[in-house]
Amino acid sequence: MQKEKDNMPTSALGKKANIDQIKSVVSLGDKASPAIKDTNLDCKCAVIKSENFSFYYGLKVGVKNITMEIYPCSVTAIIGPSGCGKSTFLRSINRINDLIPHTRVEGNLLVNGHNVYDKNTNLVNLRQQVGMVFQKPNPFPKSIFENAAYGPRLQGVKNRSQLQQVVENSLKAAALWDEVKDDLKKSALALSGGQQQRLCIARALATRPNIILMDEPCSALDPIATGKIEDLIDKLQNDYTIVIVTHNMQQAARVSARTAFFCLGELIEYDSTAKIFRNPGKKQTEDYVTGRFG
Amino acid sequence: MAKHLQREIENLKKKLLALGAKVETFVRDATLSIEKRDAVLAQKIINNDIDIDNTEIEIEEDCLKILALHQPVAIDLRFIVAVLKINNDLERIGDLAVNIAERAVFLAGQPKVNIPVDIVDMAHHAQSMLKQSLDALINHDGQLAHKVCASDDIIDGMNRQMYLKVQEAILENPEQISSLIHLLSASRHLERIADHTTNIAEDVIYMIEGQIIRHRTEEYK
Repeated sequence: MQKEKDNMPTSALGKKANIDQIKSVVSLGDKASPAIKDTNLDCKCAVIKSENFSFYYGLKVGVKNITMEIYPCSVTAIIGPSGCGKSTFLRSINRINDLIPHTRVEGNLLVNGHNVYDKNTNLVNLRQQVGMVFQKPNPFPKSIFENAAYGPRLQGVKNRSQLQQVVENSLKAAALWDEVKDDLKKSALALSGGQQQRLCIARALATRPNIILMDEPCSALDPIATGKIEDLIDKLQNDYTIVIVTHNMQQAARVSARTAFFCLGELIEYDSTAKIFRNPGKKQTEDYVTGRFG
Repeated sequence: MAKHLQREIENLKKKLLALGAKVETFVRDATLSIEKRDAVLAQKIINNDIDIDNTEIEIEEDCLKILALHQPVAIDLRFIVAVLKINNDLERIGDLAVNIAERAVFLAGQPKVNIPVDIVDMAHHAQSMLKQSLDALINHDGQLAHKVCASDDIIDGMNRQMYLKVQEAILENPEQISSLIHLLSASRHLERIADHTTNIAEDVIYMIEGQIIRHRTEEYK
């Protein structure tokens, strides 16, 4: 149980998942810019590692034999047509798919070296470490403060000033603080869609995760709100590993360093985003990114 | 979305081909005007240069419109980038044909000079390279584009020969110095046309293979 804000939560996987440790191993550069995105790809220490991972809904295959590595402190985009398994894969990383009956997995899916589908995995701790942001902003029908404080409260933080500090830090990290600092008691539902989505990101950040999964986080937002979320993703990638599923290929091209193309449950191509959108190695990828698919 | 983009790309391709055909005609007529000492044909080329300039601007605007409206990626992006550059090279080839035509106007008014280097043969080589580079673009033929890159050396060699022969001819017939220098200029322009044609072939290779081979053509010959 987290006692102090500065302590990273003990991970579900039995070891401290400290972003500073990861950073010291991979010695990352400064804030990623398009010019240096490719250099970040040199990181050898994968934070998420999928080894022949398959996910089945009953007899139906969700994803099949996915083998890929996702590197820390960078943005990895997953693209592909509807039903290709990209969300299934994303949702397997923090086992949200467990809520669906009659599912089973094969292969390994490792987060910080530990198989998340191990029977000893503590799901609460796993989801604390691997935060998630969904397509539609889903703040709780509570105040802005209570939304951001929800995770830390569950973790046992009761001290008011500590909670205030966590809320302020999370809202600042989610680039929302300046807009809401005088209205923290206001209902979260009164915020605009873009603000609600940033609040959801703040809520995810409040539990101190080191991985953030985003499932089409901007698809319900207008271009201005989308721009703010993309700026936020750019900022967050300095400290967090972000995996984003998006239907908007231009968005994948803008925000990510690496892109994975899924089709019919299989990983077709996984490479630097620059390569995928300039000169993809597979015809299938080229057909998809150029809109000739099908 | 994809259909709109494909339609725009097809239109662009047609326009670029039309420009290519026009430039080919320019180079052919410019050479012919030197060969036949035809000042009228040469003047016609000089007067029509504006058509090429206008088409070049039109193609560039089309490319910018496609980039802004469709944000193409992969092969489509590489095609648009190649067209932007090829368009520029074609316009420069047109200008060089006009320069040759200007030499032809001068030479037509002078006594004929005979030197043992065949400028017509050189012109045919340059025209053939231009045609092949445009064929490579249309047919997505990387092999043909590589062949064009390799052919550039032949024209370079011919131009060097021309320089030496003109030097000798000036020593032998100093009274023809003006005509000989104009002839050398025409040869230099043909060599530059071949260089631009090589650029086109390199852009075609980039479009097809996604590899920039500029400045390291030797490795790819």
